[in-house]
Amino acid sequence: MNYSDSFRDKELVQGLARRIAELTKGLDKPLVFMEVCGTHTMAIYQFGLRSLLPPQVKLISGPGCPVCVTPNSYLDRAIALCRLPDVVITTFGDMLRVPGSSSSLMEERAKGADIRVVYSPLDAVQIAARNPGKRVVFLGVGFETTAPTIAGSILAAEAQGVTNYFVLASHKTMPQPMAILSADPELQVDGYLCPAHVSAIIGADAYRFLCEEYKVPCVVTGFEPADVLQGVELLVRQALAGESKVEIQYSRVVRWEGNAKAQAMLADVFTPFDAPWRGIGVLPGSGLRIADKYAAFDAELAIPVQVEELKEHKGCLCGEILKGKVSPFDCPLFGGKCTPESPVGACMVSSEGTCAAAYKYGR
Amino acid sequence: MNNDLILLGHGSGGRLSHQLLEELIIPQLSSVPVAGQNDAALLNIGGIKLAFSTDSYVVDPIFFPGGNIGDLAINGTVNDLAMMGARPLCLSVGFILEEGFSKEELARILASMREAAEAAGVAIVTGDTKVVPKGKGDRIFINTSGIGAVEHNLQIDGASAQVGDKVIVNGCIGDHGIAVLSAREGLEIDSGIQSDSAALNGLVTSLLPLGSALHVLRDPTRGGVATTLKEIALQSGVTVTLDEKSLPINPGVKGVCSILGLDPLYVANEGKLLAFVAPERAEEALAVMRRHPLGEDAAIIGEVTGTSSGKVQMETVVGGVRGVEMLAGEQLPRIC
Repeated sequence: MNYSDSFRDKELVQGLARRIAELTKGLDKPLVFMEVCGTHTMAIYQFGLRSLLPPQVKLISGPGCPVCVTPNSYLDRAIALCRLPDVVITTFGDMLRVPGSSSSLMEERAKGADIRVVYSPLDAVQIAARNPGKRVVFLGVGFETTAPTIAGSILAAEAQGVTNYFVLASHKTMPQPMAILSADPELQVDGYLCPAHVSAIIGADAYRFLCEEYKVPCVVTGFEPADVLQGVELLVRQALAGESKVEIQYSRVVRWEGNAKAQAMLADVFTPFDAPWRGIGVLPGSGLRIADKYAAFDAELAIPVQVEELKEHKGCLCGEILKGKVSPFDCPLFGGKCTPESPVGACMVSSEGTCAAAYKYGR
Repeated sequence: MNNDLILLGHGSGGRLSHQLLEELIIPQLSSVPVAGQNDAALLNIGGIKLAFSTDSYVVDPIFFPGGNIGDLAINGTVNDLAMMGARPLCLSVGFILEEGFSKEELARILASMREAAEAAGVAIVTGDTKVVPKGKGDRIFINTSGIGAVEHNLQIDGASAQVGDKVIVNGCIGDHGIAVLSAREGLEIDSGIQSDSAALNGLVTSLLPLGSALHVLRDPTRGGVATTLKEIALQSGVTVTLDEKSLPINPGVKGVCSILGLDPLYVANEGKLLAFVAPERAEEALAVMRRHPLGEDAAIIGEVTGTSSGKVQMETVVGGVRGVEMLAGEQLPRIC
């Protein structure tokens, strides 16, 4: 048995599920916990964890899939850029299918745009170095887990004198949206399963203010089935005892102070800004844009382009789903007008989106 | 959204491919509905039963660990015939070459085609070669068509799965897709995984003595085991329940999949078959497979647990239950 298999041990996982059932036996109102990270959403569906939990524990999915919270306006700008004859768009694969106001990158690729899927932003820098006559734009989306690698690509381009590499940056940061959700009177969250790898960068201390201001338990939780259920058990115990503190379940990776080196890179290359979140709106200080001293690498400033007028898709409940207020099955478009092949909302696009996970594993 | 264009996902073997067949191709060209389609057509010509199949190969890169586009083009069509229980007799080969393609690489591809055909016991009897201007093709595309003799009276068909059937796979899943992916430029993962590209007609011959206990044979190529099982469940109107812990998966494939966020159930195979066998003969079928060089890691991975409108579900390693759907769009690596 390898190391990660030990966190998928059936006896261990079912033992945790039994303990959660015993702890919550007789509760007349279910405890509602939100997993904020898309990888948690996937793990919960992929391993069928909901089917192991008692009805007294309800898991809802929050705004933790980076593709899903990327707004139409960003996609529209990326699409406008890819239509320029000398622009090569480089991106992680998930972004291809995300619908903008009237098109998607996948459609533009079929029409002839030069759009390449890369596995690391450093590959995009290499493409730029090999194609000096092209302007190579990397689509920089994601949370604090991906942002340091993109900061690294800008530093690498600078060090190698690659001047035709640009980043269209729309990074999001945690935990600001969790504060917005905690303050929402329509939403009663009894605790958060805090993201695993984001927390490895920002540190578990980042969640303390949530516990203090909103009296909500926070447990930084790993992605394996036993991790998730142990995270749930810790949340149940806090909720039943009326406590609200930060705990680290994922102690094999996450420290209270986080990764100082990655934090320093982020502070050097990026500047916090008021970022727009799909379905949630503009949240103060919740995103990272490229800092002024690296403005030459900022695609938005360096490559002016006419962007089409913003159109939101009617009937799509992505916003409410991202806030955990409704489940994908409540959306009138789910599985009919909106499927992974022809998604209306971003939650259906990314493999980590709540709707895509529900479509693939949950029906 | 614009639905007028062919997207890459239309060639994925998943739901979009099915849609294209259902909405555009089959209404124009075939009287057999998509749900009745098998890997090869069965023909009865003057009392002689034949299987007939065709397939085109556009794999990128053309050379990958464990094979190349040439042996793939032979094995793929041989396997489509074998899945009807047919004995492959002869193949045609069509090449579309791009101007500027290297003769040395073509010679290597031809050599492995010859070897693969010999290994499968099939003759290449006719062919065609076209060259397109540089930039109008991608180095080399190959089409092969094949004819096989059907020498049994069994009903081996995607629509023949029955409640109680055991689902058997002849070895580790996902090897081909991961071998190709790790050889792709820009990824360069040294996974040590080799493609499983192989002709399965010999293995099928050893299964035919199971007679009427052998209900379905199908090779889970594009779209992987999940998509193929979903097709069979839909065709037969049954529920298939998989047992995740019994899925044979190479640790290297597991590793690459977890790095890239892929699900091995959706990754392509080129030397695997899924057999639906009546429960009383399932252990015997498993033993037959394990004695064959292409079936050493064979395993019973699930069973048909009821009738339905075509449901596939899986009991996960931790004892939870989840649904299994067809591949949607392309399998895209995840972002974080």
